[in-house]
Amino acid sequence: MSTAFDEMDGWPGDATRDAYAQVKAWLDSAPTELLQTRRAQAELLFRRTGVTFNVYGDPGGSERLIPFDLVPRVLSAGEWKRIEQGLVQRVEALNALLADLYGAQEILKAGVIPEELVRLNPEHQLAVMGHRPSKGVFVHVAGVDLVRTGPDDFFVLEDNARTPSGVSYMLENREMMMRLFPDLVASANVAPVETYPDLLRETLRSVAPEGPEAEPTIVVLTPGPYNSAFYEHSFLADKMGVELVEGADLFVRDNLVYMRTTEGPRRVHVIYRRIDDAFLDPLFFRPDSSLGVPGLLSAYLAGNVALANAVGTGVADDKAMYSYMPEVIRFYTGKEPILSNVPTWRCREPEHLSYVLDHLPELVVKEVNGSGGYGMLVGPHATQAQITEFAAKLRADPHGFIAQPTLALSTCPTLSEGRLEPRHVDLRPFVLTGADGVKVTPGGLTRVALTPGSLVVNSSQGGGTKDTWVAGC
Amino acid sequence: MLSRTAANLYWTGRYMERADFLARLLDATARLSGLPTTYGGDPAAWSGALAAAGASDAFAATHGEPTEADVIRFLTVDTDNPSAICTCIEHARSNARAVRTGLTREAWEALNTAWHEVQRLRVQELTKANVREFTEAVQRAVAVFDGAAQRTMLRDDAFWFLELGAAVERADNTARLLDVKYHLLLPRDEPVGGSLDYFQWSTILRTVSALTAYRWVYRDVVKPWLVADLLIFNDRMPRSLACCYDTVVELLDYLGAGSGRRGPAHRQASHIQLQLHEGDIKTVFASGLHEFIERFIIDNNRLGVAIAEQFAF
Repeated sequence: MSTAFDEMDGWPGDATRDAYAQVKAWLDSAPTELLQTRRAQAELLFRRTGVTFNVYGDPGGSERLIPFDLVPRVLSAGEWKRIEQGLVQRVEALNALLADLYGAQEILKAGVIPEELVRLNPEHQLAVMGHRPSKGVFVHVAGVDLVRTGPDDFFVLEDNARTPSGVSYMLENREMMMRLFPDLVASANVAPVETYPDLLRETLRSVAPEGPEAEPTIVVLTPGPYNSAFYEHSFLADKMGVELVEGADLFVRDNLVYMRTTEGPRRVHVIYRRIDDAFLDPLFFRPDSSLGVPGLLSAYLAGNVALANAVGTGVADDKAMYSYMPEVIRFYTGKEPILSNVPTWRCREPEHLSYVLDHLPELVVKEVNGSGGYGMLVGPHATQAQITEFAAKLRADPHGFIAQPTLALSTCPTLSEGRLEPRHVDLRPFVLTGADGVKVTPGGLTRVALTPGSLVVNSSQGGGTKDTWVAGC
Repeated sequence: MLSRTAANLYWTGRYMERADFLARLLDATARLSGLPTTYGGDPAAWSGALAAAGASDAFAATHGEPTEADVIRFLTVDTDNPSAICTCIEHARSNARAVRTGLTREAWEALNTAWHEVQRLRVQELTKANVREFTEAVQRAVAVFDGAAQRTMLRDDAFWFLELGAAVERADNTARLLDVKYHLLLPRDEPVGGSLDYFQWSTILRTVSALTAYRWVYRDVVKPWLVADLLIFNDRMPRSLACCYDTVVELLDYLGAGSGRRGPAHRQASHIQLQLHEGDIKTVFASGLHEFIERFIIDNNRLGVAIAEQFAF
């Protein structure tokens, strides 16, 4: 782990990588006191803006800042081009897969994916079987997690095809860097990200159901101020200029969705929903959900409202399905995947399970349906007791887990107690799919594990973020 | 606009206005209680402040005789008080936070900064000696919020509901102040400038930042019936009942223009506005100042209910 590839310095002994020329020069010339002052300034500004997230199960500090690191993560224009092509290919395949799984199921008939992986998957929503969502798009917003282990070695770690979050940090981090270091940002010719909210609105508009209205009404549906990502929901609604609604603000009459306004009911055409399938409609899914809208699913099935992302996308992005993505891409596009998968052992297969049980101390084991870094085992960092406990969980429910080698994630210089130290990073670019195709905003969200040596970058587990540059554009 | 959003903005406006009024009330009371009794200093000033804040009952439930220290704490930071300044700012912020899209970034940041500032200041023990720092910070924060809203918000429903809440609350605050002090404002034969009540009257004016305005309007020494006239009928005086209702009716006009409908709230507000424009202070004194104010407070509360009903809060 000590010889990880560094985003700025490459392998030990390499010269500074080209994309980092400006950042390196800046770091060499800037006194660390200045960096620390700027960091305090950034924290103050974020607090004032209220760029906070709520931590579940933490009654004490309910509003927290995600630590922001000043040293940007830089990708060259060339590196980005390949990543972008890979992302477009991957998300096109995800959309094709979902259309197929909820349609003719050709991929199951061809035996590429085991049929039970779909049949037994709780995220495969039978309620929408045979339904073609508006314009055929399932995954309007994807946040594909990438990791890097060498100059040309990018791997997809997860396809987040349900309600990926973090894009507000991508935008706020850039605003912060432009405010604190305008010259530096200008000198590196960084591709702008600020068009994301416009692209998102156009994407949502493009999938509005056909109707007589000239202008469809778009809303963002949030679980409310206590949700961990509430700031982001309000941020996106604001930047798009659309209403931020909660379930109780909407109702369904004659299979049409309306919101309650001061001037009476107003028809809603597109819902960018940031709540999970299970909570969307208490009549179909969890009856105890007070977050959703009774009747919403019927309106959706009648084609009167578009939901982004579509209902049932979870079947395509769990970690068991993930392991088949290279085959999925080949099946639908006829081409080799541009971005590789991390090698994955499916614990549901007996040979894989016994390998995993024998090698737990060197593997990362994840729940098939988990997210946010909860409930995972990082073998090299676990105690014997944790490993024993996890082994028991694995034997009890092998279908629930996959395992991957512990990758030597790339590092990026990060300010720590006044010094620059390497910390592991990942990258989550955001990919939009509308009626008119796939668009990727250059860069994305870089998450950084602030604890020395740690590989867990999730904000809920103490990770921070960095601005992400596609430089030299 | 969403009814829930409208309600949240309306209450953001109300709570910010209430915080500002309480801060001014504390300032004026601290000043009054500091005068020697031979010059109008009032030992009962603090219980008067509680009454004007509408907090007498809440205070009595958890405290004994109102002392200066207790009243200051109760009106600023006491969590037993549902209308303490800190609680108002807290409510304003949580209402605004639930509808971030309803406010511009600048307006939200002003409010959020106010909240952080109050959190910082509430840590210390507040006394007459340092409460000024706290009340000034609150007044400044509300002014910055108002300014940010004025300068950056679109002139549409969001802005109008925010302003509507502030106007309804402001009318309520002025009326409560008058209700507590009405007995001081009744006309009687006093040698001009010789009354000890002079300091009481000027305290009322200070509480609504109107002492200077009074001099400009009347060019006269402070006379109680003119104080009442200024705060009820003068439509150029921003905290007068007449001016508040001009604002309320104007805002309801804007809000109605969108849907082309005039609801019950509109009719009620116009009716009250008419009374405030056709009435005069002599008639009010003849029929009873106290009764007039009491009826206004009830009418103003009814308008609040009508607004909530009409816009489906």
